[in-house]
Amino acid sequence: MARDLVRPAIAVGLDGVRKRFGRFAALDGVDLEIEPGELLALLGPSGSGKTTLLRILAGLDFPDSGQVRFDRRDVTFAHAAQRGVGFVFQQYALFRHMSVARNIAFGLDVKRRRDRPTAAERKVRVDALLNLVELQGLGGRYPSQLSGGQRQRVALARALAVEPQILLLDEPFGALDAAVRKSLRRELRRIHDATGLTTVFVTHDQEEALDLADRIAILNRGCIEQLGRPLDVLDRPASAFVAGFVGQANRIAGQVRQGRFHVAGADLAAPGVADGAALAFVRPDQFRPVADGEAGLEARLERVIPRGPALWLDCVAPDGQVLEAAVSRADAAKLPAAGSSIRLALTGGHVFPEN
Amino acid sequence: MSTAKLRSAADDPAWVKAAVIGVAVLFVAAMLVAPLATVFTQALAKGLGASLQALHDPDALAAIRLTLTTAALAVPINAAFGLCASWAIAKHEFAGKSLLITLIDLPFSVSPVVAGLSYVLVFGLQGWLGPWLEARGIKIIFATPGIVLATVFVTFPFIARELIPLMQAQGTDEEEAAVSLGASGLTTFFRVTAPNIRWGLLYGVLLCNARAMGEFGAVSVVSGHIRGVTDTMPLHVEILYNEYDFVGAFSVAALLCLLAVVTLGLKALLERLQPQTGERGH
Amino acid sequence: MTIASVERASILSPVRARRRRSAIPGFGLTLGLSITALCIVVLIPLSAIAIRAAGMGVSAFAAAAFSARALHAYGLSFVASLIGASVNAVFGLLTAWALVRYRFPGRAILNALVDLPFALPTAVAGVALAGLYSSNGWIGGALAPLGIKTAYNQTGVVIALTFVGLPFVVRTVEPVLRDLAIDVEEASASLGADRLQTFARVILPALAPAWITGFTLAFARAVGEYGSVIFIAGNMPYKTEIAPLLITIELEQFDYGSASAIAAVMLAVAFAMLLAINLIQTWARRFS
Repeated sequence: MARDLVRPAIAVGLDGVRKRFGRFAALDGVDLEIEPGELLALLGPSGSGKTTLLRILAGLDFPDSGQVRFDRRDVTFAHAAQRGVGFVFQQYALFRHMSVARNIAFGLDVKRRRDRPTAAERKVRVDALLNLVELQGLGGRYPSQLSGGQRQRVALARALAVEPQILLLDEPFGALDAAVRKSLRRELRRIHDATGLTTVFVTHDQEEALDLADRIAILNRGCIEQLGRPLDVLDRPASAFVAGFVGQANRIAGQVRQGRFHVAGADLAAPGVADGAALAFVRPDQFRPVADGEAGLEARLERVIPRGPALWLDCVAPDGQVLEAAVSRADAAKLPAAGSSIRLALTGGHVFPEN
Repeated sequence: MSTAKLRSAADDPAWVKAAVIGVAVLFVAAMLVAPLATVFTQALAKGLGASLQALHDPDALAAIRLTLTTAALAVPINAAFGLCASWAIAKHEFAGKSLLITLIDLPFSVSPVVAGLSYVLVFGLQGWLGPWLEARGIKIIFATPGIVLATVFVTFPFIARELIPLMQAQGTDEEEAAVSLGASGLTTFFRVTAPNIRWGLLYGVLLCNARAMGEFGAVSVVSGHIRGVTDTMPLHVEILYNEYDFVGAFSVAALLCLLAVVTLGLKALLERLQPQTGERGH
Repeated sequence: MTIASVERASILSPVRARRRRSAIPGFGLTLGLSITALCIVVLIPLSAIAIRAAGMGVSAFAAAAFSARALHAYGLSFVASLIGASVNAVFGLLTAWALVRYRFPGRAILNALVDLPFALPTAVAGVALAGLYSSNGWIGGALAPLGIKTAYNQTGVVIALTFVGLPFVVRTVEPVLRDLAIDVEEASASLGADRLQTFARVILPALAPAWITGFTLAFARAVGEYGSVIFIAGNMPYKTEIAPLLITIELEQFDYGSASAIAAVMLAVAFAMLLAINLIQTWARRFS
């Protein structure tokens, strides 16, 4: 059913897009190709330019230079109203004085007379969309009578009602609590798969991006640091920033000598990194507790925290650095008592020269 | 309001409460209630008949007509300006915005008499445009257009000042959503913005109207005080008062008092309907 | 239809398109209309005063703007406004406190009445205050036997200027007082402060920016006030003549130069007040 709500998916391209706000460069030359039907996450810390990028795609902001393409058409300065995008706002931006059904129908109601579907057609469409987002029977409610998750669904249905060519979502789950977040995440994936729309969403939550997206573009200071599939980003970070931002990695300072990273008592392969000061990014699961005498980082085990199937170890190195390690529950018996010393071997990690 | 029942630590002793309330009530009674009561007592000093008779005087009726005409012109002009200014200021970013807001506020701190004088200097016979207008038989000073202009000046910030903070607080999300759904500018304004600001607009119109009907200083300078022609109600009060026709003066004054009381009543009602309006004094 | 419109969009001429700065339409139109209206209604007329005064020459300007009579008028306007604003600062704070913190019968009426000076025409206020505070009025008559004269002298001017400034302090302090969290006072009490210490050290400093803003607004309004004063003042040169009245007197004698000179001084004061209010609000924002 949902597939006939939309037309074939389109590709989206950005070439050298720059945007300044006063002296602040929000986007500093962004090139990006989004494939038809792809679900892409724009991931980055606040101020990285991800929301600006999304708003430029939507025609809510306009670049100082560069080009935006939908398929082969240049839409750089096309007005939002003519662009055919569905935009879901972070705070939903529902029209508070309209019922849910009126909100969803708005984009159809404001079409020029000759393009506008009849009242009956609009009603059928609104009902279909209410079904799609699983809000059957709530068309008469007002936004203030809905929960956060329900408002989010209305915003989504409203954006889909105009048969957008692409769907854009700004921090779609940012304003929701953890449980609702998770279920809505699946919901968005389901709706994306059902409609086949090219979809871009902005998030600062790496778990959300890894969980949901086909590909992730990681932004930092107005530039794309890396574009890749979730596993690529996790396993082959392109820069120190990506390694530090994704995967809750520990950041360890040391020295590289002849292709190996050295830090007090432990070392790690660092192929292709020049000799000198370097940073290693080691995920919690890349530590392994080992017996005294083996190679490893010396630390004191402060606390052991059960978290899902794993145990998290809060450790402190002699120089005061906090290290977070994760081990499987099965290894609980082998751990020293909290407060005593522990030795952590490095089983993996990514090394970048320090600059 | 959460303050309805104060907890003990932030509560005041009963005698402090009584004293504060007593002083506030006495102050308001002496400064506000007693003058209102004086107006009505003086107006009715010779009975209701005499008072109504005074209002039926042709000059009084002409003054009432002129006051209504003035407000009917000045209020829509300022409403249009207020909507334009608040749309530009609250929904867009541009350099010099705070300067613009400050300049819109300027009429609040300029003496009405100075405002009136400035129009005399532009449109009067000795003024910049006076000879040119005279040659074409257009009269602005000592005529209705001057009175309307002076009234527009003194009430200029009222509606803009009400709408700007309201529209700023509402942000631009809903307008952007409407635009991204294909709505045109006018459609966005009428279907999305207008329903959200209607009470604030009404509130501004109400205050603007009260001031427009009651303006004295600025209008007095540009009016020329021609009885039955360029006298507004407040000016008519002055003329009758200076002629020692106290029943007449206070009867017209009482009518203006009723306007003020109705304004305050409607204002209280609007504040109940839309609690965020009118946080700011004028 | 969307594809067609995107194609239409793509043929927008780049020059016109590049000027687009905001997705929400109407910016140029509304800003243009606003600035035009501001110029026609406010800026050009006011500049006429400055230009007229500047064209007088220094000595003629000084003779008109700083004559003994004009200096007396400024002095009265400023001092009476200062006293009126101070009275309002004290009683306005008390009134705001009563309105926000206490529940008592008639509170809603008191709240609505505070705005009366905004809604009541100044001429009506003038005749009403004159009727009330003159020696045959209720209050003036009661005070006359004690030798206190409350109309047709400088006291009358102060009373009128207090009236017009009354709502400002109440209405600027009220929202701040309402938002002032009770728990701050409770924290103060829990740390051993008594009620007076809490008021002086915790509440008053938090209210200070709004309080000063209200005082300044009341003062600015009073300095330029005309209608409510002239009925109760007596209007004696060198004694009870306020500056705006002097402008109208010069105008009645068709002395536009002198009127403009005095108006230019008042305009300068108005700008100074506006600047002061802006500075106070900038300063106050640091605390909020």
